[in-house]
Amino acid sequence: MLCDSCSERDAVVHLTTIENNAVHQLHLCEKCAAERGVETTVATPKHPLGEFLHEVHQQVASSSPDTVRCTFCNTTMADFRATGRWGCARCYTNFEPGIRELLRRVQGNHRHVGRSYRPPMSETFERSAVLGELKERLRRAIDNEQFEIAADLRDRIRVME
Amino acid sequence: MTVDLSLLPDGGVGWLDASGQHADIVLSTRIRLARNVDGFAFTGRARDGERLRVLSQVREAVASVPSLREAVMYRLDELPPTSRALLHERHLVSKELAGLETQHPLRSGAAVFLADGLGVMVNEEDHLRLQSLRSGFALQEAFAAIDKLDRDLGARVPYSYHNEFGFLTACPTNVGTGMRGSVLIHLPGLVLTKEIGKVLASLQQMGLTFRGLYGEGSEVVGNFFQISNQTTLGRSEEELLDQLLRVVGHVVEREAEARRVLLRDAGYIIEDKLWRAYGTLRYARSLTFDEAMNYLSGVRLAVGLKLITSLSVYTLNKLLIFSQAAHLAFAEGRALTESETSLARARYVRKALDEEAGSVG
Repeated sequence: MLCDSCSERDAVVHLTTIENNAVHQLHLCEKCAAERGVETTVATPKHPLGEFLHEVHQQVASSSPDTVRCTFCNTTMADFRATGRWGCARCYTNFEPGIRELLRRVQGNHRHVGRSYRPPMSETFERSAVLGELKERLRRAIDNEQFEIAADLRDRIRVME
Repeated sequence: MTVDLSLLPDGGVGWLDASGQHADIVLSTRIRLARNVDGFAFTGRARDGERLRVLSQVREAVASVPSLREAVMYRLDELPPTSRALLHERHLVSKELAGLETQHPLRSGAAVFLADGLGVMVNEEDHLRLQSLRSGFALQEAFAAIDKLDRDLGARVPYSYHNEFGFLTACPTNVGTGMRGSVLIHLPGLVLTKEIGKVLASLQQMGLTFRGLYGEGSEVVGNFFQISNQTTLGRSEEELLDQLLRVVGHVVEREAEARRVLLRDAGYIIEDKLWRAYGTLRYARSLTFDEAMNYLSGVRLAVGLKLITSLSVYTLNKLLIFSQAAHLAFAEGRALTESETSLARARYVRKALDEEAGSVG
């Protein structure tokens, strides 16, 4: 879905407002949402994610943490800003402080109190999970031509196998 | 290859049978859980091979999950657009999984497992979207079914889970329980009495949100609203559902009250409006989707108010689904232009109402 405002970028923020008992829906890209957040002070409530993305954008301008990449999927904060999506479970560890703050803003809380979960674990299962992940990282390292990392991963896989 | 919906015992639309509580106001209850399989990048970041491995791992696990033993699997990535649209119109897969959104082209490994009232979408925004769908207002039943499925599947496939953040998802708005409970509700009384704005505004204060017929990003048509929990962190599944249950229960009461007020204060105006909607549906030769939805909304209200007694809620529910573009094209056995679709829709609605109602009155 394209942004209702610029019709250029994908809409990532879906705004619903109620005026005079009529429901209005607006689909905006991150940039237009941030712009509206600044321009309109009364009628349009800011989407929490849009607001956060806007702030992240400003932080990045000064400290440029764009070079920090997730060790598993290579996602950067810039990628997250563009899509509003994390790349993998490991992003939650790699960007943990930022994510905690993000969750507090978006969800009003950062602590899960629902059902807890323990993944199925047996020795063979654990071993195959670790091995699977190492192999996945190896494939990615080769794809990205990170040959030193690849060699190291290959050695670790050999040891396990 | 086209989709063979006859493989599903109830065509996947058992939730339309209007058997649940408050079926004239609440159409259906849906609960979905977002889960990711550990060790793979999330779907949007994954490569083709990864998504296919996710699918094969899930497929293997599903075979031994009791509630999915009879499940049918559809590979969306092997189906033509018309078949994918059909599954979407039946609310069995999301628009994103069906590859019907411009920004989300169809992905390799996109699949869905469907069993009686349960579904597992694979390679949606998250690797797994488990869903439970029930007729009427049935949050507890829907949760019991999906919780069991989640535990069974989670014992066979390792989910991505973080001690502090809970179940990890691609979008930060789903992390934690990964749960979205939603109730599809018809609120013409509140719209006509202009109370709807207040009701919807109060939902947002209660941590709930609303959307249109097809969930996120969809427009509100025919006075159908989907009410759901907005947050997924900081409260347990039971607390989130309890809140939804109480608030939707209250909205149902307000709607019933609005209907009483309408009949009492504007009886003949309302009656005239609703019979006109019925007349249009019975005799129109061309109907756009929005028109059909709005008139069906009127007729549904008339049935709820017992002004029209010869129609069942079940028939009206079926009309909502089967008068959509992909279903009409499927019934006609060929692709239809927009104007042909409007003609086919009017024809279909006329026939369905003739068969059920026969004589007017």
